[in-house]
Amino acid sequence: MADTSPAPAERIAPVIAVRSATRHYGAVRAVDGVDLEVAPGELFGLIGHNGAGKSTLFKMMLGLIPATAGDIRIDGSPVTGSSFRAVRRKIGYLPENVVLYDNLTGFETLEFFARLKGVSTSECAPALERVGLAHAARRRVREYSKGMRQRLGFAQALLGKPRILFLDEPTTGLDPEAIREFYVILRGLKADGVTMILTSHILAEIQERVDRLAIMAAGKIQAVGTVQDLREQMDLPLWFRVRLAHEDFDHVRTVLGGLPVTAVEAREDHVAVECRRESKMLVMQALALLGDKVLDLHVHEPSLEDVFFGFSD
Amino acid sequence: MEFRQIATLAGKEFWDRIRNRWVLAVALVFTVFALVIAYFGGAQQGTVGFRSIEFTIASLVSLVIYLVPLIALVLGFDAIVGERERGSLDLLLSMPITRFELLLGKYLGLAAALAFSTIAGFGLVAVVLASQLNLAALFHFFGFMLSSVLLGLAFLSLAVMVSTFAADRTRASGLAIALWFFFVLVFDLLLLGALVVSGGKYGGEIFPYLLLLNPADVFRILNIFSLDDVRTLYGLATVFPRALAEPWLLGLVMAAWITAPLGIAAWRFRK
Repeated sequence: MADTSPAPAERIAPVIAVRSATRHYGAVRAVDGVDLEVAPGELFGLIGHNGAGKSTLFKMMLGLIPATAGDIRIDGSPVTGSSFRAVRRKIGYLPENVVLYDNLTGFETLEFFARLKGVSTSECAPALERVGLAHAARRRVREYSKGMRQRLGFAQALLGKPRILFLDEPTTGLDPEAIREFYVILRGLKADGVTMILTSHILAEIQERVDRLAIMAAGKIQAVGTVQDLREQMDLPLWFRVRLAHEDFDHVRTVLGGLPVTAVEAREDHVAVECRRESKMLVMQALALLGDKVLDLHVHEPSLEDVFFGFSD
Repeated sequence: MEFRQIATLAGKEFWDRIRNRWVLAVALVFTVFALVIAYFGGAQQGTVGFRSIEFTIASLVSLVIYLVPLIALVLGFDAIVGERERGSLDLLLSMPITRFELLLGKYLGLAAALAFSTIAGFGLVAVVLASQLNLAALFHFFGFMLSSVLLGLAFLSLAVMVSTFAADRTRASGLAIALWFFFVLVFDLLLLGALVVSGGKYGGEIFPYLLLLNPADVFRILNIFSLDDVRTLYGLATVFPRALAEPWLLGLVMAAWITAPLGIAAWRFRK
């Protein structure tokens, strides 16, 4: 299974390349020696608790915060210095809890940012349409709900047809339907070859939607890969829930005797057997020997949630 | 330099001030105060009504010295720190513009709003008084308006500088008010005190030049006219040597007061 997972860094030059990026605030290491690569057209998720360093890393990748040490390149160019303007024209950014101007209408807001980006204001109406705000174009942002502001912020990020999108907690304030619509838009962008990196602290939301993800905690990338990669890297134990026809706990113990299981426990209506991933098939074969004494068998794979908390604790 | 982006930023600041009626309010304040001073400024001497443009301008200078720096400081103190505190600064900084362009755009927009309201406010006064002014008087009044604008731009520059140093809006407003106290109220007193304490022995020669360290005093000197009976209204500024009171020279000093704080702000804001 590991063979099918993408290894983009080896063949194609990464769009986002972060090497040993570090940012100190006094003694606090907000970002601590981060290495990260995002391939062209990839939808990449960065997950971690609040304060894990995600937003700081984002701002470093955008060149908003200078790195104390390390090297960050977007599309092969440094994000600061003489190439910054060229880099900035390729990117769209949706900040965490985006704050826009209350006194402007939705349309005026986009006009303002279009001019700052140096792109045609004819892009504004289609951008509003795309995020479902066409009906509110002439209303002032003051009257917008949290979700509408988030959509407007996203529309702003799409101006200038950026090749790389940085989306910091993009679904904050959106209801489930709007979140679904948001990912539909992302799929469309992905089909157009746009590279995207987004942060979240809601795993369930992104785990089925991103190509790869990185888990960040305490300023460090704890693990990178597909969801499957991460499960394997973590090597979290599996659980078998075995329901028996009779409460023959000792018999199960005997059958499993000598096998590399890490725990066997009698629960209310089943026996729980814990083992390492590599012992999975051995344990299953042993349990099969119990024949019709087993009413039901359920394998509990560690969830991404388990992986995530395993890394960040 | 991306001039279109700078103009976009400046335009937003300017139109924000037009839309929220800031420009209108400030212009009205200037007009009303100026007319009251023009007609009732001589009340203490027992006369009511317009006397002369020299008296009117001399009285207006005193008004402007208090009012314009305050208005400019209030206008600009949160230019940067305000965006930072609201959380909108990061998005602006992620645009394909330099930090200097952002700062300059904001400054120019605020400067346009301030200059526009100053010229509109006092311009209206000139229109009202037009029948009583000859060409020379109009010229003086025009000079007064221009110097008021320069004074405003200098303090706006200081305000924008404050906005790049302060950690939050509260501290920025405190710093801005402190600057106003220092330049408008304390500075001349300190100079006078130093002169008195030293018995006038030291610093007599450099004393006039010290006045150039305060944009409010430069503004005063710019507005001194020959009429002797109004000279006392200008206080300390009258010690400035007449030979040095060249408008273009003082204009350059004002230009330095506009560019230097802005330069410091740009240096501070570079990262």
